[in-house]
Amino acid sequence: MMRIPKLIDSIDFCLMSPEDTRKLSVTKIIAADTYDEDGYPIERGLMDTRLGVVDPGLRCRTCGARAGECPGHFGHIELTRPVIHVGYVETIYGCLRATCRNKKCGKILLSEQKLEEFRKQIEDAIKERRKWWEISTQIVRSAAAVEKCPHCGEKQLTIKFEKPTTFIEGKNRLTPSDVRERLENIKEEDLPLLGIDPKVAKPEWMVLTALPVPPVTVRPSITLESGVRSEDDLTHKLVDIIRINQRLAENIEAGAPHLIVEDLWELLQYHVTTYFDNGVSGIPPARHRSGRVLRTLAQRLRGKEGRFRGNLSGKRVDFSARTVVSPDPNISINEIGVPEYVARTLTIPVRVTEHNIEELRNVVRRGTDIYPGSNNVISSEGKRYDLRYADREELANKLEPGFIVERHLKDGDIVLFNRQPSLHRMSIMAHEVRVLPGRTFRLSLSVCPPYNADFDGDEMNVHVPQSEEAQAEASILMRVQEQILSPRFGGPIIGGIQDHITGAYLLTRKGTLLTREQAQQLLASVGKFFDLPKPAKRERGVEYWTGKQIFSMLLPKKLNITFKAKICKNCARCKEEECEIDAYVVIRDGQLQSGVVDARSYKALDRCEILDRIVKDYGTTVAREFLDDVTKLSIAAAVMFGFTTSIDDEDIPPEAKERISEVIEDAKDRVSKLIEVYNAGELEPLPGRSLRETLEMRIMEVLAESRDTAGSIAEKYLGLDNHAVIMARTGARGSMLNLTQMAACVGQQSVRGERLSRGYRKRTLPHYKHEDLGAEARGFISSSYKDGLNPLEFFFHAMGGREGLVDTAVRTAQSGYMQRRLINALQDLRVEYDGTVRDDRGAIIQFKYGEDGVDPARSDNGKAVNVEKIIERVIGG
Amino acid sequence: MSSELEVGRHALVPKHEVLSKKEVEELLKQYKIHTHQLPLIKSSDPAAKAIGAKPGDVLKITRKSQTAGEAVFYRYVIEG
Ligand SMILES: [Mg+2]
Ligand SMILES: [Zn+2]
Ligand SMILES: [Zn+2]
Ligand SMILES: [Zn+2]
Repeated sequence: MMRIPKLIDSIDFCLMSPEDTRKLSVTKIIAADTYDEDGYPIERGLMDTRLGVVDPGLRCRTCGARAGECPGHFGHIELTRPVIHVGYVETIYGCLRATCRNKKCGKILLSEQKLEEFRKQIEDAIKERRKWWEISTQIVRSAAAVEKCPHCGEKQLTIKFEKPTTFIEGKNRLTPSDVRERLENIKEEDLPLLGIDPKVAKPEWMVLTALPVPPVTVRPSITLESGVRSEDDLTHKLVDIIRINQRLAENIEAGAPHLIVEDLWELLQYHVTTYFDNGVSGIPPARHRSGRVLRTLAQRLRGKEGRFRGNLSGKRVDFSARTVVSPDPNISINEIGVPEYVARTLTIPVRVTEHNIEELRNVVRRGTDIYPGSNNVISSEGKRYDLRYADREELANKLEPGFIVERHLKDGDIVLFNRQPSLHRMSIMAHEVRVLPGRTFRLSLSVCPPYNADFDGDEMNVHVPQSEEAQAEASILMRVQEQILSPRFGGPIIGGIQDHITGAYLLTRKGTLLTREQAQQLLASVGKFFDLPKPAKRERGVEYWTGKQIFSMLLPKKLNITFKAKICKNCARCKEEECEIDAYVVIRDGQLQSGVVDARSYKALDRCEILDRIVKDYGTTVAREFLDDVTKLSIAAAVMFGFTTSIDDEDIPPEAKERISEVIEDAKDRVSKLIEVYNAGELEPLPGRSLRETLEMRIMEVLAESRDTAGSIAEKYLGLDNHAVIMARTGARGSMLNLTQMAACVGQQSVRGERLSRGYRKRTLPHYKHEDLGAEARGFISSSYKDGLNPLEFFFHAMGGREGLVDTAVRTAQSGYMQRRLINALQDLRVEYDGTVRDDRGAIIQFKYGEDGVDPARSDNGKAVNVEKIIERVIGG
Repeated sequence: MSSELEVGRHALVPKHEVLSKKEVEELLKQYKIHTHQLPLIKSSDPAAKAIGAKPGDVLKITRKSQTAGEAVFYRYVIEG
C-alpha cells in the first residue's frame, strides 16, 4: 500500500498579505540588473542565486541544490508607494462604493436593521454550503445608491471607476494610498457582507505594498546560439518595475515636485498592472523593444495555449505519430497500416529473456535504420544506450536477460488509433499494426463511420501503449471488433458502406449466375478457399452458381433470420418469398434462400440485421471475420460485374419531361388561383391560423405535392436497372429524392421552414412586383439540377443552401460546448458492481443504470432479451 | 381558483412515499451507504410537502420508466 503523506481536507484561497510576501521572500530585490560583465548573477538583482538557479554548474544559495533539483525560491520588491492589484479592482470598487467615505465611520451604507437581515442570509448560505459571497453583489448595489450615511450622516460623493485601476471621487483622483486607507477603515464584521472572508483576507491587501518576485525557474533566461542571453518576458517586466520604483524613491527623497512624483507613481502602477495582465482594456499593452507584445502572468495561464488548456487538460505526448489516412480495402477492420518510416521511430520496450535473446540480438544489430531494428537498449542497471551512436555488435553480444530493448513497431503490435474531434469512445480504438510501404496510415473502410473519417486529407493519430498491461487492456477493451456495436443505439456502428452494399446487392439479386471460374474468382478474393456447393443450375453442360449461394458461404452455419430488405416498397400485403423485387430476406441454416443483401443486412449505422445477429449470437471474432470477408467479396463482385454512375443515369424520356412540366404548370396555376381567392377575401381560414398563414400553408401543400408528383413521374423511368437507383434503393449512397431533384424538379427552397420572403422590401428580388406571392417569386424551383437553374432560381437555391451551412456551423459550436460541459459533469460517474451509478464520493446518482440495468451495446433493440428472435432461432433451426 | 392543487394526484407526479425506519436501515445496508450518499430532496418540495415528509426522512419514488417500465428511486429529505 502506498502511504498517503497528507490528506487534503479542504482548500482555502486567500489573499496574500504584504507580511506573507516578505516572509516568503528569501531576499529583497533592489537591483534592476540581471548579470554583471562576467555573466555572473548580480547580488540582490533579478537573477540572484538565492532565487534558485537555472544555469548548470551554479548552486542555489538558499537550498544548496543544483539547477534542476532546486525548486526555486521567491524574492520580493518593496514598493515605494502602494499599487492597486488589477485582479481585484472590481472588489475594490465595490468596497469603496458600499462604505462610508468618512474616515472615522467607514461602515456599510445601509441601516443596521438591513445589515442584520443580510448577515442572517449569509449565515444561512454558509450553513447550506451555498455561495454566500454572491450575496454581496446585492448589498453593494443597494449601498452604492445611498447618498447619506445612515450611521454618521456624512454626505457621500459618487465614486467613478476608470479602467483599469483609477478611482475618481467627485473631481478628485484617489491615489492607491487613499484607496488603501479606505479599505483599512472597513470594519471586520462588515467584511462578509462585502463577500470577503475575514479569516483569510483583509481588503487592504488588494492594494500591494510588496510585490513577490517569482524564482528564476519560472522565468529562465535562454542563451541563443550566438551566445547572447535573452531574458524571459517576466524578467523584462520586473526590470521595468524595479527601475521605476527606484526612480520614484529617488524623486521623493529629493523632494521633487508633486506632479513628477504622481507621474512616476502612475507609471509604476502601469508596470505592475501589465506585469499581472498585459491584456487589460483601458491601457496599451506593454511591448518588447522589438515591438512584440509581452506575455506576462495572465497570458501564461489564459486561452488555448495557456497553462490550463494547453498543458494540464491536454499535453504533448511521446510514442505518438500523426499522418494522413488513406483507405485499404484489403486489411482487416482490426488492423491499421503503418508506414515503415513511422514504425522505425515508434518503439516498444521488450525485456530480454532467454527465449527471445537471439532474436533481440539481431534486432539490436540492425539498429535504427534497418527496419525490424531497435532504437535504444537499457541495461539491467538502467543505463541507456542510443543505438545511433553505440557499438551495436558489442551491445548485441552484451545483451542478457534483464536488459530492455526498445524495438521498432512490428506487425501485430497493439496501437491506439484516434481521429479528432474525439466525440465518443469509438473515436479511439485499438488496432493491430501492419507495417506497409508508403507514407500514410491505412485503414479499413468499415471503420470510417466510428471515426467519421474520409480520405480528403484527414489526418489521424497513433499512440503506442508501452507496458504489457496497457497493451493487454487496450486489446481486450478497445480493439475495433469489440466496438462493432455502438452503446449509443445498440446496433452496429462498424459495417459495410457504399460499394460494399452495392456489391452485395449485385451479387445476391435474382438472376445473378456465376460460372465455376467466376465463383472461384470471387471466393479467392476473400482470401479463403472453399469447396463450392452443388451448382444451382446446369445448362448445356455448363454449371452455374447463384450469387446467393456464394454469399451464403460466408454466413455462419445455423444462422436463421427473416427480415425485409431496404429495397422493400412496404407493399400493403407483403408477398414474402414471392416478392417480385426479392425484398423478403430469408436465411435458413446459414443459407440465403430469398431476398437481396443490401443496407438492411450489414450497413453501418443502419438496422444491420445480419451483422447485428452475428455479433450478438456468434461473438465479435466471427463478426469481424464475416465483415472482413463480406466487404472483400462485395468489392470483388462490383468489380466483376462492373458498376458506374454518370449524369445519364438521371435521363428521362421527353414525354416524361412534358408531363412533369404540365404538373408543375398546373400547380403554379393552382397557386395563382389560391392567391386570387385570398385577395378576394374568400379564403377559408384553417382553425387557429390567420388568413395569410392559411394561404402559405395551402400554397406549400400544393407545391410540395406537385414536386412529389413530378418526382414519382421521373421514378417510373428510374428502375433497378439504373445504377444511381441501385445505390439509392439499396441504401448504398444517395436517395431517390436526390435523383428526382436531378431528373425532374428541385422544388421549394425554404428558410426556417417557410417560403423565401426576405431580401427586398415586400419582395425577394427586384425582378418581381411587390407582394408577389406566386410560386416563382417565393423560391419555387421548377427546373431540375440536370437541366440547370435559371439565375433567379440559382439565387434562391443559394439562400436555402446558406441556411444549411449556418445551421451546421452553429450546431457544431453549440454541441461542442454542451459536450464539454457534460463530460466535465459526468467524468467521475461509473457503474458499480451492484448496478448503481455513483460519483467519486460514492453517492448514488441512479439506483439502477439506465433504470433497467441494461448495457445498450449488449441489448437487443434496447431489451435485455428479444423473445421474438429467440423463438425464430429455435423454430427456424 | 380557490382549491389548492393536490400535487400527488397529478399524472406527471410520480408516487412518493416515506420509508419507515426499518426500511431506511435496509436500504442503507443494501447499497452500503450513508444517508448523505443518497440523492436529496428539499422538504419544501411540493411532492415532499404533500406527503408530510420531514428532514431526515427517506422518500421512495416510483416512476414510470421508458426502459424498465417502472423504476424505483430514493431521496433523502433535507431542510429547505
Ligand atoms: Mg475529411
Ligand atoms: Zn534553491
Ligand atoms: Zn458614515
Ligand atoms: Zn415487399
